Amino acid sequence: MRRMVIAPLLVALLAVASACGSSTANDSSAGSAPSASAATCTPEKLQTLSPGKLTIGTSNPAFSPYFTGGPGHEWKGQFNNDPYADKGFENTVAYGVAEKLGYTPDQVTWQVTPFGKSFAPGPKDFDLYLAQVTDKSPRDQRVDFSVPYYQANQAIVVKKDSQYAHATSLADLKGATLGAEVSTTSYQAIQDVIQPDNEAKVYNSTSQATQALENGQIDGLAVDFPTAYYIAYVEPGGLAIAGQFSGAGGEDQWGLVMEKGSPLKTCVDRALNEMKSSGELAELEQKWLSDLADAPTLQ
Amino acid sequence: MALRPGRRPDAAVASRSSRILGRGAGRSAAIALASTVVVFTAITLIVVNSPGWPEFKASFLNWDEVKVWFPDIARHFWVNVKLFMVCEAVILVFALGIAILRSLPGPVLFPFRLMAIVYTDLFRGVPTILVVVMLGLGVPSLQLSGVPTSELFWGGVALILVYSAYVAEVYRAGIESVHPSQEAAARSLGLSRLQALRFVIVPQAVRRVIPPLLNDFIGLQKDTALVAIIGPVEAFRQADIAQAADFNFTPYLCAAALFVLITIPLARFTDWLVARDRRRQFAGQG
Repeated sequence: MRRMVIAPLLVALLAVASACGSSTANDSSAGSAPSASAATCTPEKLQTLSPGKLTIGTSNPAFSPYFTGGPGHEWKGQFNNDPYADKGFENTVAYGVAEKLGYTPDQVTWQVTPFGKSFAPGPKDFDLYLAQVTDKSPRDQRVDFSVPYYQANQAIVVKKDSQYAHATSLADLKGATLGAEVSTTSYQAIQDVIQPDNEAKVYNSTSQATQALENGQIDGLAVDFPTAYYIAYVEPGGLAIAGQFSGAGGEDQWGLVMEKGSPLKTCVDRALNEMKSSGELAELEQKWLSDLADAPTLQ
Repeated sequence: MALRPGRRPDAAVASRSSRILGRGAGRSAAIALASTVVVFTAITLIVVNSPGWPEFKASFLNWDEVKVWFPDIARHFWVNVKLFMVCEAVILVFALGIAILRSLPGPVLFPFRLMAIVYTDLFRGVPTILVVVMLGLGVPSLQLSGVPTSELFWGGVALILVYSAYVAEVYRAGIESVHPSQEAAARSLGLSRLQALRFVIVPQAVRRVIPPLLNDFIGLQKDTALVAIIGPVEAFRQADIAQAADFNFTPYLCAAALFVLITIPLARFTDWLVARDRRRQFAGQG
């Protein structure tokens, strides 16, 4: 008796299983992206997460000099900077893009998104994401990147009294124990460009890596150059930049991250290109990252 | 073991199952097979037809990523293997010391029992990852001369401290499971209290707790990945690096596969030990 009930049940389960989902898959491929023009790139036309608003994601903490507004909203604590403040390089770039797309500052919503979640499969909780993300292959297979808004060098931060503080070439750093933050291109730069004799160490956050540097657990810390400047000279401590260098495959090109196939990409690219040609982007770079020019370049 | 003659346990199970199915074993095997096929096919179909499946497949099950990263991850898995081999050896000895300390009788030795109790309570209570971070980043910052600054060293110490607390409790359970008459018998033969512990109680206790002991070691093998948080690049961290470099989660799967690969033999070995012990213990009875 029981068996007779269960058997059709299993068949039904199979039927449901094969039917479910198949109707919803792949119905978003209709039509190729329209060419961007002032007419199509407006808050009314753009298909954003919540209509009429632009949701921008960044990580928490959001670090100086990219965000310098100080703690606020969800961004509380020592290293945090509230993106609603519109202060700092990436913060002002983001508001600049939003303005070019026609959004007023109060139509911009900020969203805390850990870096790892920014490229995880599935729906995104942001329209745009920026947190010094380098555009490179094969990352671009999983998400879309805008045209670059900054080109970053890598740098090595050391203790002032370290024997590596006066390195004149990358070869001088070969004997050093180097460290980097996980999920950064800096680690790749250590491996590919410096190729040190000792295994490089990897840390979860910039603050942990800086602690390890101060502890003497590593001789040098590889980070993006603007970050290096902030660690070495803005935060007090006995640290210095040994030098800057080009990462693996040249300078890092930072782009805004969007969902793969995002309808916003053409408009965002257009906005950034406008900011470039008008000199607005260079102005922002000058304003927030201007002190960074002087550090020896290592070859 | 009180077995009634002529009625083995599996015979009882067999007769009960034939009562439910009403027919021979061949038929029930066929039904089991069919049901398994249907259920697993259904699960597969649900997953494969889900709207996110193509994206999931590209992100989590990407063969190209395996080809690129698996050798690197496997190479760094060697760090995990070395770490748990060393830790397990130290834990075996250290934890037994704690357990014996806690089993010492008499009011004079109370401070030692207290120390053992505080130790096990403390290190079983604090999350392993916190011990790893505090020792790995904290102790080197004291900048004491002669104290190692290697993160791998301090990560290993943290794992030893935490797992010794668990293993000490396992040992203690073993020691307490040895019947008091054993000690009484040993003492009546003229053995001192310590000799009785050394030659009579601990050997029996250790033999009894080998399966739960190995169970804790399986846990330890996986937890070696926690050491990554303070700097050393091991299998999990290498997968982390790969994941961020390519925006792809497949490398995590590679690391997971390596951990499973090494824990399964240990799990089967534990099963085998349990079965062998049971055979020995009940040999000649029945």
